[in-house]
Formats: sequence, C-alpha cells, structure tokens
Amino acid sequence: MTLTPLRRLLVLAAGVLLLTGVGAWSVLSAADRAAEENTPRAGGPAFAEGRVNLKDPGRLVFRNMAAGPQRDRLVSVPAGSPAGATRTASDVSCLRFHAAAGTGVCLQATTTLGRPSYRARILDSGLRTLRTYPVAGIPSRARVSPSGRLAAWTVFVKGESYGTAFFSTRTSVLDTRGWKLSPNLEEFAITLNGAPYRNADVNFWGVTFTGDDDTFYATLSTREKTYLVRGSLAGRSVTGLAENVECPSLSPDGTRVAYKKRVLGTAALWREHVMDLRTLKSTALAERRSVDDQAVWLDDRTLAYALPATEGRTGVEDTWTVPADGTGTPRLLLSEAQAPPRATG
Amino acid sequence: MYLADRSTPQGATSAQDRLRGTARAVSPTVLALGTVSLVTDVSTEMVTAVLPLYLVMGLGLSPLGFGMLDGVQNGVSALVQLTGGHLADRVRNHKLIAGIGYGLSALVKPLLLVHHLGALGVALALDRTGKGLRTAPRDALISLSVPPERQGRAFGLHRAMDTTGALLGPIAAFLILGVAAGGYDAVFAVSGCVAALGVLVLLLFVPSGKKSPAPAPSASASASASAADVPGERADLRAAFGLLRGRRLRALFGCAVLLGLTTVSDAFLYLLLQRRTGVAEQFFPLLPLGTAAVFLLLALPAGRLADRIGRRTVFLAGHASLLLGYGLLLWAPDLPALPYLVLALHGAFYAATDGVLPAAVAAVVPERLRASGIALVGTGQALARFCCSLAFGAAWAAWGDGPALAAAAAGLACCAAVAGVALRPTGDPR
Repeated sequence: MTLTPLRRLLVLAAGVLLLTGVGAWSVLSAADRAAEENTPRAGGPAFAEGRVNLKDPGRLVFRNMAAGPQRDRLVSVPAGSPAGATRTASDVSCLRFHAAAGTGVCLQATTTLGRPSYRARILDSGLRTLRTYPVAGIPSRARVSPSGRLAAWTVFVKGESYGTAFFSTRTSVLDTRGWKLSPNLEEFAITLNGAPYRNADVNFWGVTFTGDDDTFYATLSTREKTYLVRGSLAGRSVTGLAENVECPSLSPDGTRVAYKKRVLGTAALWREHVMDLRTLKSTALAERRSVDDQAVWLDDRTLAYALPATEGRTGVEDTWTVPADGTGTPRLLLSEAQAPPRATG
Repeated sequence: MYLADRSTPQGATSAQDRLRGTARAVSPTVLALGTVSLVTDVSTEMVTAVLPLYLVMGLGLSPLGFGMLDGVQNGVSALVQLTGGHLADRVRNHKLIAGIGYGLSALVKPLLLVHHLGALGVALALDRTGKGLRTAPRDALISLSVPPERQGRAFGLHRAMDTTGALLGPIAAFLILGVAAGGYDAVFAVSGCVAALGVLVLLLFVPSGKKSPAPAPSASASASASAADVPGERADLRAAFGLLRGRRLRALFGCAVLLGLTTVSDAFLYLLLQRRTGVAEQFFPLLPLGTAAVFLLLALPAGRLADRIGRRTVFLAGHASLLLGYGLLLWAPDLPALPYLVLALHGAFYAATDGVLPAAVAAVVPERLRASGIALVGTGQALARFCCSLAFGAAWAAWGDGPALAAAAAGLACCAAVAGVALRPTGDPR
C-alpha cells in the first residue's frame, strides 16, 4: 500500500470525522438521557416544594432518587403512610445523608479545577448549613449519634494503598460541641485479638454511635479481613469484637447491631444479620438478597436498608424493611429512595 | 552502525533544520509516535479518572476488595513488556507489535460499556497487556529514528507529549460528565474513539522499522539500510538474554534494578507527602498533577541536556533530585512551599530518568535486538519497583512512615553511589 502524504492526510481526516461523529453521538445521547433524569416520570411520586424539618417525629427524611427536578434532594413523607405520599422537597441535595435529634450530615459533590471534589455539611433541623468540611474522596457512609451531638462520615480515597490498589477509606468523626474533628480514625490505638495491633493497611468505615456520645461501633479492615470494633472517642482507641462484620448499625435500645456479613469468599455478596452484643450470637434476617448498605433501625424491631431498584435506572435504590429477629418477609417501604433515618424527635 | 533518519530524506531534514532554527530537526517518526502516545494517554486517563466514580456512583459498588488485582497486574505487565520487545525483534517489525498493543487497548474499550464487573476487569487487564506489548517496540522505534547524539532529546519530546495526554485525559472526561451528568458510557465511548484515532495515526504516520531483505514497502522507509543487519543472526531469546553478557548493558540493567528497588512508588510518595507536610485532604487527588506538570516541562530540556553533557550525569542528577525530595520529606521543615518543592523534585526525577534510561540503553544495544534490550531493562526496573512497593509497605507497617522513608533514602543513596561507579564513562560515546 503506497500512500502519498496527501492521501495519508485525507485518510486521517476521514477517520477523525468518523470518530468525532461517533464520539459526539454518544455524548449527545448521554446528555439527552441526563436531561430525562430531570423530567418526572409517569407513575413516579408527586412532589411539593416546602420545608423539611429534621425534628418532626411524624415524618421520614431521605434522599429522593426519583427522576425529576427533585432528584437527589432531601425530601420528607409521613412516617405512617410513606408509600405513594406526596414528597415534600427541600432545596438541599446529598449523595449520602443521615440525621438524628435535629442534626443532619449531608455528603455532597462539587467540582474543583474541573475535577470532582466532595464535602460534608452539618445541617440544623431546618436544613441550614452550620459547618462545611472538605472530604478526600467519594462519599460512602454518614451517621449522626442519637443525641445529635456527634457526626461521622466515611469516604473512598483513591490511590492510597499498596501496589496502587484502587481504594482505601477515610473515616472522620466530628463533635459538634466545640466542633472538634478527628479527621482519621486510623490514628486511634487498635486492640485486635487481645493484643495491640498496628498495620498501614488498616481501614475503618461505617461508624454507629451509642447514646453516651463517646462509645461507637465500626468496621475495621486489615489483611483482607473485616472486624466489628467498639471504640471510645475520648480514649482514642478501638477494640476488636468479632470477625466478618461490616457496616454495623446499633439498635435504639443499644443491645444489638445489624450488619452485613460477607457470605461467599471475597465476592461482593452480603447477607444482613443482627448480632446480640452480649452473646455475640448472630441471626440471619429474612432478606435473601445481597444488602450492601449500612441499615437503619426504624424502631427496636424493624430495619430499613437500600437495595438497587429492580427496574429503571442504574444507581437508583429502593428502601426496604425487614423484621430484626429473622422472621417475616422483606417489604418495600419507599421506591426510588435511599434508606432514611429513623424518625426522631 | 548508525542508521540515518528513517522516514525523512536527508534534504528534508536539513530544510526543517533551517526552519526550526534552534529546535533543529525533530524526527517526524518521533513526532508521530509522540502524537500516538499523547492521544492514547488521553484515552487511557479519561477512563482512569472516572473509574472510581463509575464503580461507586454508576455501579453502586463498594469497591474495597476489588483493587487487589492491581498489584498483580503490574507484575504481569512487566512480563508482557519483555514479550513485546522480544516479538518485535523476532518478527523484525516494531510497528506491527506496537500497533497490536495500541490496537488491543482500543478494542477493549467497548467492554467498559457493559455494566458488569467481570467485563470491566477483563477490559482493564487487556488494556494493561496492550500497554505492556507496545512499550518496548515503541521506544525502539524512537531510538531507531534519530542519530545517537539526539536520543535524549527524542525521548524527552516523546515523554513530554505522552504526559500532556495524561494531563488532558481527566479534563476531557469531566467536560463530558459536565455536559451529560452520569454519562460514564459516553466517557468510555469517546475514550474508545480517541484510542482508535491513536491507532490510525500510528498506521498512517509511523514507518514500520521493518527489517526485511525485501525492497522497502514504502517510499519513505529506508529499510534497505537496515538489511545490512547481519542475516542469519536471529533475534531469539538466547540472543536477547545474551545481551546481558555485554558489560555496558549489564551495568545499565543492574543500575536500573538497584535504583528501582529504592524508588518508592508514586502512591506511597503522595501519601507520605500528605502525612508529613499536612497537605489538606481535599488536595490529595491533585498531587499527581504537580509531578506531571514538572515532568512535562522538564522532559525535553532534560533530554537535550543529556545529549550535551552525558546521559549518566543527567540520570544520576535525576536520582539525586529524588533523594533530595526524600530528604525534605524526612526533615519536614514547616515551610508552606514544601509540598511544591517535593513535587517539583519528583517531577524532575521523572524528567531526568524516564526517557534518559531507554536512550542510554539504545546506545549500547545493536539494532536487531533494540526492542529486546529496552524491554529487558524496563522489565527489570518495573519488577524492582514492584518489589520496592511490597517492601516499603511492610516497612511502613512495621516501623512507621518516617523510618521506612529513611531506609529508602539510605538505600537510594547507596544504590546511586554504586550506579555512579558502574556507569562511569569508559571512553565510549555517551
């Protein structure tokens, strides 16, 4: 094949045209789809703009995932009849959210220098921002203590590991009284299997607080194993309690944790369990599907958690409930909604 | 024997000389290969930049535990590089093997569009394989297209263009996500198109470097000159490893391995930087940008300097720069400029070594084994760096970050001293 310089340029120009066309088409169709996400769908929930109050005990507050202008906004519905209710929408958007006793933590995405950046906002009961903290990566978990005094969040940090593995986590805890931030739980002293433990590969995620505003439970991961740990903020220490426990969530009465247990080697398959903290005995729940979420307790007998929506867009979740004692069957609580917190006064 | 510029007739080169004034002749082959690398890196980095977001936001994964593959892949990639270099010499067609490598990386891009973790893993592994295959033949093509006294500059230009692509990739990706929120499939599709464009540029504008006794297939490729390359002597594995019997390549190989064993991986360096200088967390993702920017600015000047004052000097100065960076991190004075200084030194280290090493290797390896020689040193270096990562991780876990860094710095100082002696000039051309 002999090509003169001119012919080479012609072939190149043709190639550039063709490839630009394909690229432009894919970007435009993705932009169309993105616009569609901002258009309400037939059969979706109804919305009313309004005030969302974190201290209203009669309402559930959660991240709305239904298509439309209210996508990703915090919305509230009556706790008694959540399904099909008109959703009262605020103007605050979050990727992860949790609230208790009138304090909310909202993890958000923005951009800096054309790259994504993330922050944590602490909200008061009227969703006004009290403080903002930059965070190092993609939001994963958020929790507020029952009293509303402490907040914790976990983000995925890219490229912070051996052999340039994709991710590690960073978990921070904030005391809103005095605004004291513990930026990285990895600095806490660790006791594992009865002995002091140190390893650079330690990761924490999924904090859940007790009522004393000092003790917390969390997941610790090291050497490809995960542990349930109990920690003390004042003591800056954590102690391992049990193996293969992720994303614990403490019951309102403080006696049990719900958690996800890996059930098939290292595959991304989890079953939701509840462990009695006195006996360390676990009960599998009636939910047979893989739950990858930090569940929330609606009351001492009922758990709520998010599952990928069975129909519709990827990245959209429905919220389900199941009895905490292993009986019963899962029920759909809210469609296109990321697991809400307990309605608290 | 030195082979004159393969793709441009003598007259054209001197005309370009005059046109470009001080820049003088830049081999069109190097420019074409630089363009291919630039375009391909845009494509690769687009994917790399959005992958974490895609996994978490798009696929709804909690990605811990998925990253384990990465370290293993680095080892595999090094071995693939050796294969690529050897194959290129064996079939006597560097462009063919490089093209297969670039083509493989372009072809697997559509696999990313499938919403499936397995497909994603396969696509990433094949992409790495493509990268491993193409590296050595591409560097061999660069070295074969310019005279020995301009090797440093050619590699410097190539690395600068390559890094430009790496910097542009994420910007392109986030522009697309800005237009189409959640449009990861569009990012992957555009990445595929860009990769295909890279292959097209390679096919159209890079001469093959083919060494066959048959007449040159293209008017521009002066393959006849290389036909003088001893027939009968085959570029087999024994010959490739036989290269290590040569004193000068053995010295280069040994130094690359020794220095690789004490070169802390980028991920660790940024982590150290953040911990020891208190860079705010939200700036962590921006740290690699600093290194890349300095690498981009200094790659060409460092290459030219290497041609003028000697590759050994520049190569060692690069490692001195890295050592200085380690020293600053260990000392950790309370200077606001400290993170910038360390990143600048890290970028300077890459500029002074990344292209200079293959240039040095090219000078001591015969043409028929050029890709094998480059691959051999590259593989040795990559495996050594991988071992360093494992050892450094263990040392960090056992002793903490300060002592681990001190150990790496001490090791680097010793290895650099050994390299200074092993690479001392022996009256040969630089």
